[in-house]
Amino acid sequence: MSTPSLAQPVGRRDFLKLTGLAGGGFALAFYIRSGGEAAAADAAATGDFAPNAFVRIARTGAVTIVSKQPEMGQGVKTSLPMIIAEQLEVPWKDIAIEQGDFDEKKYGGQSAGGSQSTPSNYDNFHVLGATVRTMLVEAAAQTWGVPASECRAEKATVIHTSGKSLKYGQLVAKAATLPVPAKEAVTLKQPKDFTLLGTRISQFDTPKIVTGKSLFGIDIRLPGMLYAIYEKCPAFGGKVVSANLNEIKALPGVKDAFILEGSGKVKELVPGVAIIADSTWSAFSARKQLKITWDEGTVVNESWESFLKQAKEKSTQPGGKTLRKDGDPDAALASAAKTVVAQYSYPFISHANLEPQNTTAHWHDGIMEIWSPIQIPSIGSGMVNRVLGIAPEKIKLHLSRAGGGFGRRIGADYLIEAAAIAQKVNAPVKLTWSREDDMRHDQYRPGGIHFLKGGVDAKGKVVAWKNHCFTFGEGGSPGSGGSLSGDEFPGRWIANYQADQTMFDTGWPMGPWRAPGSCVFAWVMHSFIDELAHAGGRDPLELRLELLGEKDEMPAGNAGATTKGKQAAASYNVARMRNVLKFAAEKAGWGKKKFAKGSGAGIAFHFSHRGFFAQVAEVTVSKDGQLKVDRFVTGVDIGAQVVNLSGAENQVEGSVIDALGVLMYQELNIERGRTVQSNFNDYPMIRITDAPTKIETHFLKTAFPTTGLGEPALPPVAPAICNAIFAATGKRVRQFPLSRTDLRWT
Amino acid sequence: MKYTLNVNGQSRSVDAASDTPLLWVLRDSLDLVGTKYGCGVGMCGACTIHLNGVPTRACMTPVSTVGKMKVTTIEGLAAASGKLHPVQQAWSDLDVAQCGYCQAGQIMTAAALLKDNPKPNDEDIDGAMAGNLCRCATYMRIRAGIKLAAGLTTVGKGGAQ
Repeated sequence: MSTPSLAQPVGRRDFLKLTGLAGGGFALAFYIRSGGEAAAADAAATGDFAPNAFVRIARTGAVTIVSKQPEMGQGVKTSLPMIIAEQLEVPWKDIAIEQGDFDEKKYGGQSAGGSQSTPSNYDNFHVLGATVRTMLVEAAAQTWGVPASECRAEKATVIHTSGKSLKYGQLVAKAATLPVPAKEAVTLKQPKDFTLLGTRISQFDTPKIVTGKSLFGIDIRLPGMLYAIYEKCPAFGGKVVSANLNEIKALPGVKDAFILEGSGKVKELVPGVAIIADSTWSAFSARKQLKITWDEGTVVNESWESFLKQAKEKSTQPGGKTLRKDGDPDAALASAAKTVVAQYSYPFISHANLEPQNTTAHWHDGIMEIWSPIQIPSIGSGMVNRVLGIAPEKIKLHLSRAGGGFGRRIGADYLIEAAAIAQKVNAPVKLTWSREDDMRHDQYRPGGIHFLKGGVDAKGKVVAWKNHCFTFGEGGSPGSGGSLSGDEFPGRWIANYQADQTMFDTGWPMGPWRAPGSCVFAWVMHSFIDELAHAGGRDPLELRLELLGEKDEMPAGNAGATTKGKQAAASYNVARMRNVLKFAAEKAGWGKKKFAKGSGAGIAFHFSHRGFFAQVAEVTVSKDGQLKVDRFVTGVDIGAQVVNLSGAENQVEGSVIDALGVLMYQELNIERGRTVQSNFNDYPMIRITDAPTKIETHFLKTAFPTTGLGEPALPPVAPAICNAIFAATGKRVRQFPLSRTDLRWT
Repeated sequence: MKYTLNVNGQSRSVDAASDTPLLWVLRDSLDLVGTKYGCGVGMCGACTIHLNGVPTRACMTPVSTVGKMKVTTIEGLAAASGKLHPVQQAWSDLDVAQCGYCQAGQIMTAAALLKDNPKPNDEDIDGAMAGNLCRCATYMRIRAGIKLAAGLTTVGKGGAQ
C-alpha cells in the first residue's frame, strides 16, 4: 500500500460533514472552512488528535472509535469500527469503542433498521479510517523531512523505508496541526491487503456481557432515580375514565400516581396510568392494586377469527385492489394441464425482545435527557418534540445497547411514555414494561391470508398464477410489511399473473418485524412454487431455475411497487439469484441424496435488503408428526466483503433458528381488540432443544457492494423447511404455526 | 424488612418487602444488574443465579426465603483474581452473544451444568439449557461454548478467535 503526499495546501482545513440523505443513508461531504476551530479545540483541550467525529488518538497512543449506530445484537458496534481500524492500521486489541449519543449533525444518520447500517456506512468508514492514517503518515514524513511516499503505516506505527519509526501516539501533536486531506488524496487499503475484515472478531462488548456489567437500557441507574410502570388499556387505544389514584398513592414505596391523556395515536403516547415508586418491585406491586375504568372504544368489535372468516367469504368475490395483472390468468388457468388451489395464512406475532421495553428519562433544566434502547433515535426524538413540545435542541438522547431489536424498537412508544412521565416527576425516572405489557402492547407483525391458484402446462412449466391476499391495516393503510407488492416474486416472471389485495382496517398497532413483508411472502410464494413443481412432476430446484429464466436483470414494475415498511420493489439481479441458488444447491448436494420416507429436502430463495439468499433444509418428521431439522444450508451473496465473519455467521444461524421458531410456535390471537397472550407460558418461543445441530453458512463472494445481514437470511428459511416436510411426508404446511398441520404419517 | 444476604461471598444488608423477588433486590438495591428481568414467571431463565450452587430463577425467589444461602450472580462467577470462569472464557472466545441480554442466565446455567456433569453429551447440554430462552437464537454457539468450556473441543471454526 502506498500513501501519497497530501495534495491540499496547508492552512486550510477540511472537516467531515455528514449530510442526511433520503432513504436513510448518509454521505460524507468534505466541508472546507478556514481555521479548523473544532478539531483544534479538541486537541488543545485534551491533547488528543481528533480529526473527525469518529476517531480520537491520545498522546499515549490510545485509539478510541465512536460507534454511531444503535447496537441491538446485530453487531454494528464491532463491525463498523473494524472498517476504520483496518484502514487506520491499528491492531484491533488496541482499540476502544464508545457508543455515540444521538447527534445526527455530528455523525450523520443513526438509524439501525432495514439491514442498512453496513451498506449505508461501509464506503464512508473506509475513507474515515484511511484519512486519519494518511494524516499520521504525513505527520511522520514532515517530522523526518522525507516524502510521505517513503513511509508506510503498520500496527499503529509509521515506518520509513530507512527503518526508522514513530508510534501514532508520538505523532498526535504534529498530526493535529495538519489539514484533513480531501477524499481524493487518500489512498484506500485494498481488500487483498486486509488483515482484519473477514476475520472472526468477538463483539467489543463481550467482556461486559459475560461478566454482567451495566450495559443495557434496563441497567441504567442514576442518582435519585425513581421507578415507573405505565398501565395501558388492554384494548388498543382505550382511554382512562377513572382510576383509584389516591389508594395507589398510599401504598408502600409509591411516590406518585397519575393519568396521562395520550396523544390520540395508538403507536405514540397511549392513555394510561403511571405509578412512580422507589423500586421496580414497589411499582409492580402497587400496580396489582390498580382499579381503572376504561373507555375501550370501537376496537372491541375487531377479532382475528372474524376477519379470517370474512376473508374466506370474500376470497371468491371480486373487490380486491389489483396490484398487478399480466396476460390472461383466468384463461391460462382454464387451459392449464394441471391446476393447484391453496389457502395460506399466518397469524399476528410479537417481537418479544428479551429485554422488555424500557427508557429512563430526566426532565431537568429545561432539557429532556433520555437513555433508551432504540433503533431509530430520530423517531423517538421527533416524538418527544411533537407530543411534549420540547425543542429538538433541548432533547438529549443517549443510546443504550438494546436487548434485541427485530424491528420492535423502531417504534418509540415506550420512549415517549418515559419522557411524558418524567415531565411530571422531579427526578430521573426509569420506566420498565413488564413482559405482559410488552406482549400486549407490541407493534405486531401483521397476519395475512392468501388465496392462490396456479397452473402448469403438460411439461410442468408454470403458466398461470393468481393470488388474492388479505392483509391488515391501521388507520387506512396496510401495517408495516403487510402490503404485498405486485413485483413480489414471481410477479414479473409469469406471463399470466394477477395479484389482488384486500385490506381489513383495524385499530391494532403494527410495526416492522425482521424482514418486513419478506418474512411471510417468501414462505407463501416458495411454498406454492413447490406445490406447482410437484403438480407438474418437476424437480423443485430445476423448476425454480426455469422460472428465473435466462435474463440477468428484471426491471422493477410499476404496479404496487411501494410497500410501507418494506423496501420498494427494485430491479432484481436475476443472475445473482441464479448463481447463489446453484451455489447453495451444490453445497447442500441437492438431488444427490436418497432419503427414506419421513425424511426429505426442500429449497427456497429470496432477495431482500439488498442480499441474495438460497437455502436448503433437510428434515425428518417422525411418524407421530414431530419435526427435526437435520441440516440447514444457506448460500449468501451480500457482495464483495464479509466484515466480521463471526458476527455474519451468527446472524445467519440466528435467522435460521428464529424463522424455525416462528414456524413452529409463534401465534398471537387478537380478540375484541386486545391480545390474548401475555407471556412465554402462552406464547412459546423456540428453545435449544428444537435448534438444528447442523447449520452451514456459505458466502458467495461477488463483485457487488457489501450489504447487511440482520434480516435477509430469514425469509427463505420457513419455505425451505416446509418444502422439505412435504418431500418427507407428502403433507403441505399452509398455516403458521406448525401445530395447525397434522404431520403424522404411516 | 431488613435482610442480610450472602451475595458473591459478601454480606450485604438490604431493606425490602418480604415478597420482593431476589431479582429486584439484586438489581435495584444492590446494583448488581447482570441478573436480568425477562418474564417474571420463570419461563425465560434470564434471571438465573446460583443458590448454594443450584441454578435458580431469581424472579421467582422471594428475598424472605433466601436466608443464609449463598447467592452467586454473574458478577461473582469469575475468580477473585478476575480470571474468567471457563464458561465465560468460552463465551468470549466463541463470540456467543448477539444482543447478549440472556447470556448471563445462559452462562450461570451452563456453569452449574458443568459443575455437576463436567463432560456433558449433546442431550445433557440441551436438557440443561432448555429453560433458558435466547431470542437471538444463539443456540448453536451456546452448545459450542459449553463443549469448549468442558474441554471437549478447542477454539476453531464457529466462533471468534
